[in-house]
Amino acid sequence: MHAVLMMILQRLGLGILTLFVVSVVIFGATELLPGDLASSLLGQSATPETVAALRQQMGLDQPAPVRYWTWLTGVVQGDFGVSLATRRPISDMMSMRLGNTVFLALYAAAIAVPLSLVLGILAALWRNSLFDRVANAGALSAISFPEFFVAYILIFLLAQSGVFPSMVRISPAMGLTDKLYVTFLPALTLTLVVTAHMMRMTRAAIINLMASPYIEMARLKGVSPLRIVLRHALPNALAPIINVVALNLAYLITGVVVVEVVFVYPGLGQLMVDSVAKRDIAVVQAIALIFASAYVLLNLTADVLSTLTNPRLMRRK
Amino acid sequence: MNVLIFLVLAIAASIPLSYAFRAGLVRVLPHEKALVARDMPLTAAFGIMVIGVYVIVAFAAPLLAPFPERAVVGSQFQPWDSTYLLGTDRLGRDMLSRLIYGARNTVGIAFATTALAFVVGALLGIWAALRGGWLDQLLSRFVDALMAIPSLIFSLLLLTIFGTSVLTLILVIAAVDATRVYRIARSVSQGVVVMDYIEAARLRGEGNWYLIRHEILPNALAPLVAEFGLRFCFVFLTISSLSFLGLGIQPPTADWGSMVRDNATLITFGDMTPLMPAGAIALLTVAVNFVVDWQLYRASGLKEQG
Repeated sequence: MHAVLMMILQRLGLGILTLFVVSVVIFGATELLPGDLASSLLGQSATPETVAALRQQMGLDQPAPVRYWTWLTGVVQGDFGVSLATRRPISDMMSMRLGNTVFLALYAAAIAVPLSLVLGILAALWRNSLFDRVANAGALSAISFPEFFVAYILIFLLAQSGVFPSMVRISPAMGLTDKLYVTFLPALTLTLVVTAHMMRMTRAAIINLMASPYIEMARLKGVSPLRIVLRHALPNALAPIINVVALNLAYLITGVVVVEVVFVYPGLGQLMVDSVAKRDIAVVQAIALIFASAYVLLNLTADVLSTLTNPRLMRRK
Repeated sequence: MNVLIFLVLAIAASIPLSYAFRAGLVRVLPHEKALVARDMPLTAAFGIMVIGVYVIVAFAAPLLAPFPERAVVGSQFQPWDSTYLLGTDRLGRDMLSRLIYGARNTVGIAFATTALAFVVGALLGIWAALRGGWLDQLLSRFVDALMAIPSLIFSLLLLTIFGTSVLTLILVIAAVDATRVYRIARSVSQGVVVMDYIEAARLRGEGNWYLIRHEILPNALAPLVAEFGLRFCFVFLTISSLSFLGLGIQPPTADWGSMVRDNATLITFGDMTPLMPAGAIALLTVAVNFVVDWQLYRASGLKEQG
């Protein structure tokens, strides 16, 4: 038990270190500009006075480490500063949208994870059968599709006939069933995009194990194929499967950006794209930090969970 | 329903086509290569055929396209007819011509970006593996830090800072993807660097550049080529997504991602024309993936045991 706690603490420490580095990169990227941000944002026609005013508003008259420290202490307390375009506090702009984005990602995950595990296990069970081949070719194709292609095909097939709405309008007053109904198409798009990869990895992880001697032994004892896969192969394949699930949940984070734009879904991704177009760097930095933190935390969780499922990993140096 | 029937027909037609293409390759190629072509799966033949068609279309775009790339030739959103085979877009430009020019622009830019990412990433990766020590540590930790941020998010951040133009797009995506190439190149060449022949070449007094070009690169090429295909797919999809979001290739350049965005309203009215550029993107990535899959299978010499 003690070793487990140590391991978790160690990973957590590493995770916090990574988060710190990520925040430095996200903040420091603006320093890459030749000249400074204020003159670049305003363009060549700006008068020196307006540039100076913007510089002061953004705090650019202070050295970078001081600005970073002010920014970081603000972020830790939930204060992301104000938007350059609208002058509104960024945390107000994000609060509703963050919830919406998390809801969409969880919704997609709730469909995608069980679906891909079942499909992957079935493909491994009926290896080289027609089902396996079709599922594999389909998965390979689905990985290659841009998200907006999948989204528009679904709109074309399902929304055009009026079965599901093609634009998502949600309000806080909405009941859960209504919410699930209007967000069904974006969630389904995300599901289709991530299922393929998870399914292929599940299949590969299980097939890898099927050649090992203890599976052979179980087969010789006359255990049924389904039981071999579920009781003998699956528990040992858990570590890679957990990893790939976490990787794809992290992928959902970037997937939501495009899907939210297609469906006009009021989430963080859409806000980010709007802000990039307006070059509102303060908002982009805040959202990038949130997405990157979610990504780092998911990878961290996957690391801890897969170590827990395989005690041998803990004895590594 | 029409789309589904169309899809089924397309798949049904592509099977005999790729079969014939493979048979043709076996005929045309010299003996050794013909043997390879004979053993290649139908999916790979299909992939090579599709890539070939794209390359031809990209190079011959001015000859194939019925109208110029940027000219307004009709009224807005005209339906399919004999003059405008695929109708016209939001501004009255010919869809088919823009689709054909898009092959040149979108694929060309994606290819240039991938090549740049590869040259930078692979050279740095091999160099880091060769030199080892603090240089390796410094580069690797730096790359680790950059890779902790999802690539699309990082690209969006950089595009905000540097503004959106084709040049910044190429540089930003190449920089983000070079980190991924660096990882692969480093880990592949770490296996090569410890070999005796590297030691022998070093003792002969060869410099780093010679070692990279004549000893390491030839031995690390197979996995790197497969990685090039995969990386191209990622870059291509990223650029298309960014263009679709309005942050990539800018109008009036014909580009598949922004064509989907511009004409998306038609989809809700049951017109599938805007799906075509998206389909063109999807088809090319599927084709490249099929070929890469086959190459990986060949390179690993791995056969699944039944």
